[in-house]
Amino acid sequence: MVEEENIRVVRCGGSELNFRRAVFSADSKYIFCVSGDFVKVYSTVTEECVHILHGHRNLVTGIQLNPNNHLQLYSCSLDGTIKLWDYIDGILIKTFIVGCKLHALFTLAQAEDSVFVIVNKEKPDIFQLVSVKLSKSSSQEVEAKELSFVLDYINQSPKCIAFGNEGVYVAAVREFYLSVYFFKKKTTSRFTLSSSRNKKHAKNNFTCVACHPTEDCIASGHMDGKIRLWRNFYDDKKYTYTCLHWHHDMVMDLAFSVTGTSLLSGGRESVLVEWRDATEKNKEFLPRLGATIEHISVSPAGDLFCTSHSDNKIIIIHRNLEASAVIQGLVKDRSIFTGLMIDPRTKALVLNGKPGHLQFYSLQNDKQLYNLDIIQQEYINDYGLIQIELTKAAFGCFGNWLATVEQRQEKETELELQMKLWMYNKKTQGFILNTKINMPHEDCITALCFCNAEKSEQPTLVTASKDGYFKVWILTDDSDIYKKAVGWTCDFVGSYHKYQATNCCFSEDGSLLAVSFEEIVTIWDSVTWELKCTFCQRAGKIRHLCFGRLTCSKYLLGATENGILCCWNLLSCALEWNAKLNVRVMEPDPNSENIAAISQSSVGSDLFVFKPSEPRPLYIQKGISREEVQWGVFVPRDVPESFTSEAYQWLNRSQFYFLTKSQSLLTFSTKSPEEKLTPTSKQLLAEESLPTTPFYFILGKHRQQQDEKLNETLENELVQLPLTENIPAISELLHTPAHVLPSAAFLCSMFVNSLLLSKETKSAKEIPEDVDMEEEKESEDSDEENDFTEKVQDTSNTGLGEDIIHQLSKSEEKELRKFRKIDYSWIAAL
Amino acid sequence: MAGYKPVAIQTYPILGEKITQDTLYWNNYKTPVQIKEFGAVSKVDFSPQPPYNYAVTASSRIHIYGRYSQEPIKTFSRFKDTAYCATFRQDGRLLVAGSEDGGVQLFDISGRAPLRQFEGHTKAVHTVDFTADKYHVVSGADDYTVKLWDIPNSKEILTFKEHSDYVRCGCASKLNPDLFITGSYDHTVKMFDARTSESVLSVEHGQPVESVLLFPSGGLLVSAGGRYVKVWDMLKGGQLLVSLKNHHKTVTCLCLSSSGQRLLSGSLDRKVKVYSTTSYKVVHSFDYAASILSLALAHEDETIVVGMTNGILSVKHRKSEAKKESLPRRRRPAYRTFIKGKNYMKQRDDILINRPAKKHLELYDRDLKHFRISKHFLKNHPTCTIKTPEITVSIIKELNRRGVLANALAGRDEKEISHVLNFLIRNLSQPRFAPVLINAAEIIIDIYLPVIGQSPVVDKKFLLLQGLVEKEIDYQRELLETLGMMDMLFATMRRKEGTSVLGHTSDGFPENKKIES
Repeated sequence: MVEEENIRVVRCGGSELNFRRAVFSADSKYIFCVSGDFVKVYSTVTEECVHILHGHRNLVTGIQLNPNNHLQLYSCSLDGTIKLWDYIDGILIKTFIVGCKLHALFTLAQAEDSVFVIVNKEKPDIFQLVSVKLSKSSSQEVEAKELSFVLDYINQSPKCIAFGNEGVYVAAVREFYLSVYFFKKKTTSRFTLSSSRNKKHAKNNFTCVACHPTEDCIASGHMDGKIRLWRNFYDDKKYTYTCLHWHHDMVMDLAFSVTGTSLLSGGRESVLVEWRDATEKNKEFLPRLGATIEHISVSPAGDLFCTSHSDNKIIIIHRNLEASAVIQGLVKDRSIFTGLMIDPRTKALVLNGKPGHLQFYSLQNDKQLYNLDIIQQEYINDYGLIQIELTKAAFGCFGNWLATVEQRQEKETELELQMKLWMYNKKTQGFILNTKINMPHEDCITALCFCNAEKSEQPTLVTASKDGYFKVWILTDDSDIYKKAVGWTCDFVGSYHKYQATNCCFSEDGSLLAVSFEEIVTIWDSVTWELKCTFCQRAGKIRHLCFGRLTCSKYLLGATENGILCCWNLLSCALEWNAKLNVRVMEPDPNSENIAAISQSSVGSDLFVFKPSEPRPLYIQKGISREEVQWGVFVPRDVPESFTSEAYQWLNRSQFYFLTKSQSLLTFSTKSPEEKLTPTSKQLLAEESLPTTPFYFILGKHRQQQDEKLNETLENELVQLPLTENIPAISELLHTPAHVLPSAAFLCSMFVNSLLLSKETKSAKEIPEDVDMEEEKESEDSDEENDFTEKVQDTSNTGLGEDIIHQLSKSEEKELRKFRKIDYSWIAAL
Repeated sequence: MAGYKPVAIQTYPILGEKITQDTLYWNNYKTPVQIKEFGAVSKVDFSPQPPYNYAVTASSRIHIYGRYSQEPIKTFSRFKDTAYCATFRQDGRLLVAGSEDGGVQLFDISGRAPLRQFEGHTKAVHTVDFTADKYHVVSGADDYTVKLWDIPNSKEILTFKEHSDYVRCGCASKLNPDLFITGSYDHTVKMFDARTSESVLSVEHGQPVESVLLFPSGGLLVSAGGRYVKVWDMLKGGQLLVSLKNHHKTVTCLCLSSSGQRLLSGSLDRKVKVYSTTSYKVVHSFDYAASILSLALAHEDETIVVGMTNGILSVKHRKSEAKKESLPRRRRPAYRTFIKGKNYMKQRDDILINRPAKKHLELYDRDLKHFRISKHFLKNHPTCTIKTPEITVSIIKELNRRGVLANALAGRDEKEISHVLNFLIRNLSQPRFAPVLINAAEIIIDIYLPVIGQSPVVDKKFLLLQGLVEKEIDYQRELLETLGMMDMLFATMRRKEGTSVLGHTSDGFPENKKIES
């Protein structure tokens, strides 16, 4: 048994990708973006995350390629360090300790041994641009305290600083001022816009700036949507500017293409505008990018652009304005109405995503799986518009059904309400709209739940609404002689003295339905829809309601607004116990009797885990978060943990995730987050991230052979490590198309055996035998496999690698190879 | 990236009968032609050969009508008493009929006098038919007997005396010249084989059998009697396949559609029902003015002829399809433009790159896509706004969602604003459109209040709208009163329980009152 550490609250993925501009590698193969305390390296072709650069202790605030070495990357962080990385291997090369909070980073090819950073030294809101001299000493950690001041009183955002014309000057904007500092002359020019005194120009403050790479031209974006192009700014009096106006709202970011022939701009309209030759007439658009464009960046090779969006995604766009890849993180743009849910099929976390969408987010891979468009209407991104909001969603019948509620309320009386029911289609592997119900209730729907009992023959859904009714919807047969169809209809409408229905909940076996009407809880028989009994505690409106599970299924729990947690016994119809607890979140664990409750106090949030049968909590953790916790959910574990300590047993079969008000997704863990990612999966990613195009088949083969010839000489000296890539069984398995492979059941044991490290050492007798067989095979196999067998022979001398390689029995190997030969013979003929 | 999403047009359930392929097919007939006969029309039979004339048996006459003629093209009236069951031979050249006096007469279509007279029945002969080999006639009579006659020498070949009551219906197999079935008032349907001297199969219908029908394959038998239509599987030895009870009076006649996919039954309850022969569900039903005695379908279902007890013959012809083509068609691109490049076969090494299919957008969607908000619904064809108000309402809703409804409605001239007002007047009182349109009406009143009184046309429309709103408010008040009364009744009737289970409809739109200003 491993020693158990304390349970800590850890951040689990879903960090922002759009905090700063993304940076392309020199060959446009990779794109880097800051993500919380890490820097992530993505492939621009496959959208896969290739590396995560760990090392900073605080938020990373800026990244730049090393202008002197394109295989290195600088990053700066609020922890006061600048780090230099080798991004191909994901290795930290050097750390420069500056000592104060760094807010942005800039590099210049001309200034070889220094970088520019934004710091705030004295007052909290006064920021300075300084250059930091980086010493060339070879040690891992270097002090870099040599700061030379460049510009004062600037904006904190790196969007407001730009270096232009090969580092001749730097432009900075703030409010109504544009200041340009010339490095050679060491002078600053300042230009002021007619400010807020004039009502016409009330909203023309600067928002961002960009400099032409080769000419003396500065582009600045403004609040009112205008872009100004400044020229002749060497002279304080003779300067000119021209206006480009298309955006109707704030210009969020600007970028010049590498050659400077076109200017890219973006804003809340979520349209990328390309201004050709800096004229108003020649514009090109890439519309409907989904959300506000926050940042635009251009690859050094000039073939790709990328836009970062407010919904936490990066879109990689080709030079001809065609989106080619989307890197999507957990969407955190908007408030979460649906709460956290778990899709029973994919075990993905489901919550509000892009406007009008539900996002399915894989917690294991920290990656968005897909977006389900619920509202299916054109999204108009405009300030002050009342949008249709997806307010409720629920999964039912083991993921076969999904119910969603959307509403839009402009005025008190004008409520638009729609309920949609989606059926999972096995063929298309997605949800398909089955039934659309207009105005299912007269007022907002407060709760939605499916009957998830295993034996229930008819899917049942209950909606509770502020109009004082709860409705039971059932699936009915709607087929006629022309087609088979199912649809949902209302089966029963219930109410209790016209009180607002606030919560509903089915018992585990589906026999009872609990509906809370403000202060009163009513229990209904789900077969006859008769009112069985009522509970009332006179302790404020019921906020949460849930039944106990498994051995505690005779208990019903309710949390009220006045901070009382009640537990009723359904057999005796009496209050079992109550406790004073201001419960914000109450979630039952689907795999055990445990119930997690998060309470809110002025200091922070506390977690209580308890069983309904005993009022004494199993586990208490104080101060899990300083903010208010909004939602929580238990996620069943794939592999159960085995904590023996009683306090941690509740984490054995499920993991608890919760979302705070600032939308950070947190969980409880005893391990550090790095350990969670399995190393094998990462390696596979790196190898498999190359696309297999027809060109790869033709050219890649030649190159491989050449490479291997080169490697052979090296390999003789090197000791081969038992890497997974080198095991032939695995590569055979991965490169053979699935449709020609034998059944998985047949391959499984063979495959797993090949991965095992055998303890026993081979007797000397065995080795020659093996070699014999190899030779035998060599004669019968085509030349395609020759290089492989050679390698085996090479490594058999080295001793360390042989154990693994020889694990695979010869006959199995032959069989696998046969499959491969059948399929790829035509390529050899090319 | 994601393309433009078209405006979601709200669909509303269509009240009344569901529109299916069958309703479309069976409603695609012209208004019926009514022909008055001398007495109740007991049998209608179509000639199986072109020009598909039909013989109508009514009272003591047999009339033969052409397809579109309303006057008989031929009449056989040499009957002393009522004639029954005039039936064509398969080649359409001979006609046989029974009569009340027990005689069976065979006519040539071109002649007038009977070719043969088969004497032997002692009572009225209600059913006659030709066998599949065309040289024999089967007849059933009220003397409980079934007889088989030879045409060339007009002799009786066989007599079956197995029925114990009137034999009122029958038909011969179309495949086997020796097989025929009869239905009788003794509640049985019997199948006879001319090669043996007794029945080979007998099924119990349960009611006096009024009509029998064999499927073209001979495998299924349909019998009608009482309120039931029953289908029997002959290949399983007369097992009951399905029993249909869709009429509420005696079913008198049966008929198959030409494709064999649909079964029709006529009844004294003045209805003809159409069943699917795969699921035996009613897919359509026709109404007639009087009780139906006979029913026939022409070749390819071109004509439905129904004879009724009051002597009226109702003839419905199918609408011709060619008529729709008469509209002047716009010149379309040539066929080759559409198939250009489509017929290229993929070679072995080719890589197929699909271009995303261009989505077709409606006019209003194209305008909305480009934010041309004030063009939208007035550009819609006026008939279109009348026929499909839900599209216009959906566009108004979409504009409201985008926050530009006021901009779209402002700045209209007299003609345009009266268009909008016309639309409002027509649709404002419909509960499904009311919430959206009331909002639009409010905006219009707000915008155009300062200029009121400048145009008599628009003023009139405003007054009309006001009247409508007042009427609607009165109506709502009445409804609320009624609802109150109903609530009281429910309250007194309800058992003593703490809960109320009411399924009353929503109380409409009280917001109406706001427009009054």
